[in-house]
Amino acid sequence: MTDQSNPPGGTPRTTPVKSATFDDYTLSEIRRAAATGIYDIRGGGAKRALPHFDDLLFLGASMSRYPLEGYREKCETEVVIGARHAAKPLVLKTPITIAGMSFGSLSAQAKEALGRGANAAGTSTTTGDGGMTPEEREHSNKLVYQLLPSRYGMNPDDLRKADAIEVVVGQGAKPGGGGMLLGQKINERVAAMRTLPEGIDQRSACRHPDWTGPDDLEIKIAELREITGWQVPIYIKVGASRPYYDVALAVKAGADAVVLDGMQGGTAATQNVFIEHVGIPTLAAIRPAVQALKDLGMHRTVQLIVSGGIRNGADVAKALALGADAVSIGTAALVALGDNDPKWEDDYRAMGTTAGAYDDWHEGNDPAGITTQNPALASRLDPVAAGRRLANYLGVMTLELQTIARACGKSHVLNLEPEDLVALTVESAAMAGVPLAGTSWIPGQS
Amino acid sequence: MTMTLTNTGLIDLADTTVREANATLQAATEGAFTLANPGGKHALACGLQHPVSVTIKGHCGYYAGGMNKLAEITIEGNAGTGVAENIMSGTVRVTGDASQSAGATGHGGLVVIEGNASARCGISMKGVDIVVGGNVGHMSAFMAQAGNLVVLGDAGPDLGDSIYEARIFVRGSVARLGTDCVEKEMRPEHLEFLADILTRAGMEADPTEFRRYGSARQLYHFKIDNAGAY
Repeated sequence: MTDQSNPPGGTPRTTPVKSATFDDYTLSEIRRAAATGIYDIRGGGAKRALPHFDDLLFLGASMSRYPLEGYREKCETEVVIGARHAAKPLVLKTPITIAGMSFGSLSAQAKEALGRGANAAGTSTTTGDGGMTPEEREHSNKLVYQLLPSRYGMNPDDLRKADAIEVVVGQGAKPGGGGMLLGQKINERVAAMRTLPEGIDQRSACRHPDWTGPDDLEIKIAELREITGWQVPIYIKVGASRPYYDVALAVKAGADAVVLDGMQGGTAATQNVFIEHVGIPTLAAIRPAVQALKDLGMHRTVQLIVSGGIRNGADVAKALALGADAVSIGTAALVALGDNDPKWEDDYRAMGTTAGAYDDWHEGNDPAGITTQNPALASRLDPVAAGRRLANYLGVMTLELQTIARACGKSHVLNLEPEDLVALTVESAAMAGVPLAGTSWIPGQS
Repeated sequence: MTMTLTNTGLIDLADTTVREANATLQAATEGAFTLANPGGKHALACGLQHPVSVTIKGHCGYYAGGMNKLAEITIEGNAGTGVAENIMSGTVRVTGDASQSAGATGHGGLVVIEGNASARCGISMKGVDIVVGGNVGHMSAFMAQAGNLVVLGDAGPDLGDSIYEARIFVRGSVARLGTDCVEKEMRPEHLEFLADILTRAGMEADPTEFRRYGSARQLYHFKIDNAGAY
């Protein structure tokens, strides 16, 4: 190969070097900000490379322990969420649930598809910032109703229809931030559900209107239980930032379950700077959260549901091995429905993006008909077929989870434990609290 | 757990749990009840959904009358944080003062505070009418979306900050208006509305003494030039 930087007979030149600090993306963002005067808003979770479940490996059974037969011996997957105080805890056939996503951020077809897929898999779906629609109640056998700072659409009738209640304190994409839904998606129905003028840029509150700390929240939860007759579980959802203390305070406040959402967890819309620079990775959040539960004697009594970047059965298995009781998926579920499918590449190109990178969900132009309120686009999504795809995906993840659990000799997926894991990097070993592979070294512990 | 009371009676919280009291009230479809010895307990008479009448003889803790539908609740005393939060319909009346977030996020119905209300009265209100006989604290009607906040006394700082389509009427002084909240013209229909709601609230005041405040609607959309407003 000819070195073009040093042409024969010419003056030698150094190869042009682009800055690692001011890389192409950074330069483009500076130019975009300078031209538009507004920060970048997008959907999804953190896109930067982070220590994650891929940095962990399972130690399969060998001489010291024996595996279960892959296609013969049972490996149970059923989990029970919320038996601490609720008369009717949720019984899930798989420990993989569907995270909260609103009608408004998602089309009615997408919400229906999530319900259909979850029903087939025997798991739960969750409402979002905007209330419960009759359609999603109809299509979800197990529906978790979120109580958010905005209280959009909140009412006691829907509260009593819920199978569980999730008090949302924060989410991984934006711990400390409120919801956002831009005017393109505030159509007549969405506006009416949220009591907002049609077409405005909705910016939800980040703090709850009637409680300000864990002592207040304990009383708030007692009120919710009084209104619902102590029948259904009450979860508290936090964005991963200070998981030890947040989980301990959630337990103190009376939660039946804690949902812990890492920074890879998606959002319908918020500032890119918020998504990429606030909060901690899912991997780093689990062990402190589990430790808080153990210190309080509440591990496996108050369930821990982990979300943020769960993609396959291995991720589920690793989360459970680190001490979670279940996981939630949001982004992955949307992909299973059809989000970012290459078959819409021409449409993505027309918007200046490409399949796999499309994240302008707030603009409401999703060619896959999922993150939109445009009737023509939404009609592209067949909720029955999309629901089938989600059911398939949940089934595959569950099979993958069982495959790993059996290989580790576990007859129930909740029997997976940290001792089944090693880490590939020093960082992930420290975060997950498991040894660096091939050593007995756990950074920070030994 | 529900007591044997049928659509009327006295529930003494000195020897009855909050759960038993609420279960009884929630099951009743009509009639009048009295709650004695509330002792500042929380979540009293919350989640009612039938046209019953409830009189609470004393001070209540947090969230009294929370998420009320159809019931007529009177608190003969003071109320803690979040009285009548997320009320849907019916009436919740407090004869004394109310703490923070009175009537927060209420969708409908009427909340009457005969005394003063503390900070964030009517925060995120979504259609409820709130009448306060005395003063309201700071950040009242913050992010108020719909409904009416009527204050016979004075309002604290940052009244109606980030308000949407709710209306605020104040007879006394306003320490400071919040972001995007402005004084608006008082038209005949507003005087008519005030006369009606004051009557319903059992308050005596001259509607012409009130000023009206609402949204300037300048912050409904993202604009970089609005950044300094926050």
